[in-house]
Amino acid sequence: MNALKKLFGGNTRQFGMIFALVALIVFFQFATEGRTLTPGNVINLFNGNSYILILAIGMVLVIIAGHIDLSVGSVAAFVGVTVALAIRDWGIPWYLGILLGLALGALIGAWQGFWTAYVGIPAFIVTLAGMLLFRGFNQFVGKSNTIPVPADFQYIGSGYLPEVGPNTGFNNLTLLLGLLGVAFVVFSELRARRTAKALGAEVPEGWVVVTKLVLVCGAILYATYLFATGRPGTSFPIPGLILAVLVLIYGFISSKTVVGRHVYAVGGNRHAAELSGVQSKKVNFLVMMNMAILAGLAGMIFVGRSTASGPFDGVGWELDAIAAVFIGGAAVTGGVGTVIGSIVGGLVMAVLNNGLQLLGVGADLTQIIKGLVLLIAVAFDVYNKSQGKRSIIGMLTQSFNRPTGGTPLQPDEVTSTKETISREA
Amino acid sequence: MTSLDTHSDPVILEMRTITKEFPGVKALADVNLRVKAGEIHAICGENGAGKSTLMKVLSGVYPYGSYTGDIVYQAEVQQFKDIRASEHAGIVIIHQELALIPELSITENIFLGNEPVKRGVIDWAEARTRTRELLARVGLREDPETPVKEIGVGKQQLVEIAKALNKSVKLLILDEPTAALNESDSQHLLDLILGLKGRGITSIIISHKLNEIEQIADSITIIRDGKSIETLDVKADGVDEDRIIKGMVGRTLESRFPDHEPKIGEVLFEVKNWTVGHPQVQDRMVCKGSNFFVRRGEIVGFAGLMGAGRTELARSVFGRSYGRFITGSIYKNGKELHLKNVKQAIDAGLGYVTEDRKSLGLNLLDDIKTTTVSAALHKISKHFVVDTNKEFTVAEQYRKSLRTKTPSVEEGVAKLSGGNQQKVVLAKWMFTDPDLLILDEPTRGIDVGAKYEIYGIIQQLANQGKAVIVISSELPELLGLSDRIYTIFEGAITGVVDKDDASQESLMKLMTSARKTA
Repeated sequence: MNALKKLFGGNTRQFGMIFALVALIVFFQFATEGRTLTPGNVINLFNGNSYILILAIGMVLVIIAGHIDLSVGSVAAFVGVTVALAIRDWGIPWYLGILLGLALGALIGAWQGFWTAYVGIPAFIVTLAGMLLFRGFNQFVGKSNTIPVPADFQYIGSGYLPEVGPNTGFNNLTLLLGLLGVAFVVFSELRARRTAKALGAEVPEGWVVVTKLVLVCGAILYATYLFATGRPGTSFPIPGLILAVLVLIYGFISSKTVVGRHVYAVGGNRHAAELSGVQSKKVNFLVMMNMAILAGLAGMIFVGRSTASGPFDGVGWELDAIAAVFIGGAAVTGGVGTVIGSIVGGLVMAVLNNGLQLLGVGADLTQIIKGLVLLIAVAFDVYNKSQGKRSIIGMLTQSFNRPTGGTPLQPDEVTSTKETISREA
Repeated sequence: MTSLDTHSDPVILEMRTITKEFPGVKALADVNLRVKAGEIHAICGENGAGKSTLMKVLSGVYPYGSYTGDIVYQAEVQQFKDIRASEHAGIVIIHQELALIPELSITENIFLGNEPVKRGVIDWAEARTRTRELLARVGLREDPETPVKEIGVGKQQLVEIAKALNKSVKLLILDEPTAALNESDSQHLLDLILGLKGRGITSIIISHKLNEIEQIADSITIIRDGKSIETLDVKADGVDEDRIIKGMVGRTLESRFPDHEPKIGEVLFEVKNWTVGHPQVQDRMVCKGSNFFVRRGEIVGFAGLMGAGRTELARSVFGRSYGRFITGSIYKNGKELHLKNVKQAIDAGLGYVTEDRKSLGLNLLDDIKTTTVSAALHKISKHFVVDTNKEFTVAEQYRKSLRTKTPSVEEGVAKLSGGNQQKVVLAKWMFTDPDLLILDEPTRGIDVGAKYEIYGIIQQLANQGKAVIVISSELPELLGLSDRIYTIFEGAITGVVDKDDASQESLMKLMTSARKTA
């Protein structure tokens, strides 16, 4: 146990999160008699959850800054329908459609950011209003119809890395991506260790680093193998690629840039931040705006995946995203949370969903189990905090931000019931 | 010297060989405390010495089983499992941060969790009557229906005591009761504690204000580094402040202020006709046409009672972070500055160390290194990307030069003692390299040893040619530290006195009366 803890930086919570995810995967792998870790299922899992995970990235920043965003599902739906209409009726090409969607997201974000940051209305209220507003807009603009999108637009939601180069029996681009991921992990871990040593900070023992690298790289390579050996025509999915890039970018922004620091500062103690020269209104505005842009992106990916925009797209997404963030260790009071933690939190939910589905558990029981998992995860966190330990999953970033790399760390994903529900609706 | 001879006085409380450990730290090691019934017993020690921990053990915040040793109270070994249990036994603790609910009235606060019930319904008439009696006992003339947020800190403290009395307290523990009070409120509170003693209530008081302890305590237990060092009998041993300090720091402080030869240059910073309106209350001015200047290398004190407008003045100058309808002009090196926000103020070379460390000065979720660089991130970043190696190096450098006591700069600031937190805050502002640094109550809630070090840091800053403003409620501190002192009364500057001409009496006169000279 101690040795394991050392591997993950000695932080119980962070250890717990990763451990829970791995345990879930192993459990379902056995329970489903090997149907969990098959290329088809893993690809499916990724495709079915990437948009929720993208929302979780924006949501964690909102929650770190001390707010919440309830409108993301409606915003995603509104952006989705507008882009679908623009492509169908105005005949604009798919890339202009995406740009239009992002711009519309930014505009909506500016609207919500204005009320939250500059007028000072709690984000809960602003986005509750937004939830109604943009759902209404979605149905008004789309006349509550289903609007199909062309095949080239569907690529962002359901495309795969193309086959290139010699026939190796694998998807070559996926292999390349996996190897790049491994190289990146090894390189950054070693570099971090070297600088820490040079600065005289504490470094973990050699065997810890080696074991950790072996485990992480093993996971990446295994995931690569699964993605590269899917049914012909499938490989690493495009939404997964978008997600991986976003995780890298936002992980970096939140932990390494001035803006990221300011978000944590405002959420941790707004007054102290202001008296240190942080312009908290600007920060709040940006955080809300960023969330809406990502919601727009998620909406477009979903439309691409489901080949059409509908009036009930995105119903309940905000709750999935918020749950992922809190399972991932963020604090309701703000100031605490990490991008990578939220992704792990989202994956826990996704794997759970997928595994239960494979086992043929009904939607009713699935919801009960998911509810309990959310409650227990946060209860665990609260208990740890009351014991005076630093439970904060924030440490995750320190040891795991880099290792994750460009490739998904965990070989798993689920088709969410949410999607099924909204399809049926 | 824990082996007290058995006196004839009955002992109400004895804590025997209390040991309390936190992960990695032994906060208390074999601490002994013996309190006689009906006395006022002071506990002195530097910040982080373990005073508050000891009181938390006593009051059940750290329940039985989480420490070792015995609590013998009224001749019985107690096993408090929470605060309710200790309150039930008559032990009430009043924390430094008051535990009142601002929106509720005095009555509601006093009876919170203890409401008088008649046939299942709260009997407010009864509650009000009893509140009136309790308020009379603590000498507070306020309507029991007044919301607590509308009365000052001093009066809130009295409400806390009334609340304790209502619980038929036998042993009252006061943690830094006068830290936030001005002199007259403090005096009133001390008199009240003496009065309670007359009625047979035993008090334990934790305070850094040694003059107060000398004034009211019967005996003093000194705690240093988690150990009980000695217990002094104030009258029999002829204890004075120097004697207490010697016990607390384990050595005699030659002087409470480091020697300092000021090197004062030309006027660096000047404020003219500064007027500030209250942020909420219409037509109320918190600063009225203030004029002041600070020279290079000079430490200027601002003296005034609580609520006189010192903090308001400082914060409004510091990038308009307080108040509205601000008029007046600020000059630095003779050039006028137009500061619209804090960022511009920092860029213009101003720094402001807040009065309230925990709610305004620090993000308690942060660690030392992030806090150290948080006001000058641009200095360690390139293209908006923070260089975390530089961050570590900078924090490490300040940890060493300010001698911050911490295992590492990656430690959370919430875990540090007040003195060390203040050093981290100072480091944060020193790293912005300001020309003018305003320090608002820089040593509040900080123990004697750390105070001395912080005075040294302030003097060092002045020696580097920076202008320094120190706002303080403690006149001896201002007299010891400043080269020149402005006095403020009701938002107006009422006088300025050179160090050599100033005395506590002359300052106090200026702080409590309208303008005489300017």
